[in-house]
Amino acid sequence: MFTLENVTKVFETKEGSITAADHVNLEIADGEIFGIIGFSGAGKSTLVRCLNLLERPNEGHIWFKDIDLTTASQKQLREARRSIGMIFQQFNLLSQRNVIDNICYPLEISGVDKKSAKEKARELLRIVDLQDKEHAYPSQLSGGQKQRVAIARALATDPKVLLCDEATSALDPLTTRNILDLLKNINREMGVTIVIITHEMRVVEQICDRVAVMSDGIVEESGTVREIFTNPRSETARKLVMPERTSDVRTPTRDYIRIVFDGQSSYEPVLSQLILATHMELNILGAGTEDIGGSAYGQLLIEKPADEEKVGIIKDILKQKNVVCEIVEIKEQ
Amino acid sequence: MDIKLVQLLVEGIGETFYMVIVSTLAAYILGIPMGVIVYVTGEGGIRRNRPVNLVLSFIINVVRSVPFLILLVAILPFTRLVVGTTIGSTASIVPLVVAAAPFVARMVESSLKEVDAGVIEAAKAMGSTDWQIIWKVLLPEAGPSLLLGMTIAFATILGYSAMAGFVGGGGLGAIAVNYGYYRYQTGVMLITVALLVIIVQIFQEGGIKLVNKIDRRIKS
Repeated sequence: MFTLENVTKVFETKEGSITAADHVNLEIADGEIFGIIGFSGAGKSTLVRCLNLLERPNEGHIWFKDIDLTTASQKQLREARRSIGMIFQQFNLLSQRNVIDNICYPLEISGVDKKSAKEKARELLRIVDLQDKEHAYPSQLSGGQKQRVAIARALATDPKVLLCDEATSALDPLTTRNILDLLKNINREMGVTIVIITHEMRVVEQICDRVAVMSDGIVEESGTVREIFTNPRSETARKLVMPERTSDVRTPTRDYIRIVFDGQSSYEPVLSQLILATHMELNILGAGTEDIGGSAYGQLLIEKPADEEKVGIIKDILKQKNVVCEIVEIKEQ
Repeated sequence: MDIKLVQLLVEGIGETFYMVIVSTLAAYILGIPMGVIVYVTGEGGIRRNRPVNLVLSFIINVVRSVPFLILLVAILPFTRLVVGTTIGSTASIVPLVVAAAPFVARMVESSLKEVDAGVIEAAKAMGSTDWQIIWKVLLPEAGPSLLLGMTIAFATILGYSAMAGFVGGGGLGAIAVNYGYYRYQTGVMLITVALLVIIVQIFQEGGIKLVNKIDRRIKS
């Protein structure tokens, strides 16, 4: 769907230049839900806005199917944008238009007649489950309802792909879950490719197939969500998969062992076995369970024993039980 | 109060309405495009164009800086060219429009600046042309604020129209000058001023009520 080739975007500010995207290479496949995750300021928003050229990259190429958007004419670009839906953190609905007229907007500007536009809009309202809000104005809706209207509007022109720029960041956890379920259904039933930008791992865990981890404008790693969760290779990914990572402050400050359980191993009393085998008390630094693509994953952070021999024993036992573990050493800052 | 004076005042009110309403409308017909151009060519606009922006902005500033009475006299030849005369209500409309249009342009510009940048961005992402963004997003979204600006412009133009009374314009201003000032009829002057106050009051309050009614951002 999208192929990014060396995409670089530099912003000039008074304090100097900021590289928001640094030679990014990515491939987003047809029909998948692709996540781009990173902490704020990582450049993920810039990257997604490059995908429909709301930001024009300084360097590199962006292929949408077989069109290079960076060299396309204004007209070609407008046409491409009509097959690329987009939703935003702040919803960005037209405040002076009611729900149905907001959904009709993209149809109106592409020359669809009023009657068929309204029919299409009503059909979309059914999909996002807001039939009764047809004549309401955005100020009368809740955040979740506004985002549903925005989704319906983005889908009005039957786009091939939907870009979501922190689409759930302004919503509460329950509403987030509902919106993500809706996006997943749209992906499955309408075959719309979805690109999601987020700083929340739980969003990625809930609906993404593949994910790219960004930091300082660089894509540090990308892969399936399972790969990244069980075996994060970059510092950023490691912080993001931490349990209860409401902020990166909670990352342990001591060396630790991260043990990841998948559905099978979670029935075995692994921790007790480790304690019995090492004859020492193990200090638990954090734990959590996640739902990744429908299967349960658990993780446990324990303090790394100072004795390397004991660490070896722990590694062996976990290996025997097919449990993924990694040893993380905190570098002195 | 004798019947002649009442007749005079009624006529004055009619002339004032005629001058002010026609001038306001004409000032908006000129001012909206000017305001839109200044906004879209300005910093962060959808059609950034520095030379156009600077030139237009400069012209607006120059016209706005000239005191109305001086402008009124300075463009007398132009007024004669357009309406064939330099006295009476119709003649006053020309300088009123010339003075008010740049003022209106700035009001329009500031109303457009209030439109949420995110909404414009969303419109761009949906594949809107610049023209569609102006017509279907910027102006409707700025609608209530534009209307509020219009009530302010109306009151300002009303004030200018009274000044035009000094140099042969019509309306309540002329009555205040001719009877109140030159003939020392303080009573007439007070009545005309009171009438002007009432007109401003009605339009300002009515405008605000209408804005509240049409603005969809206010929860009902």
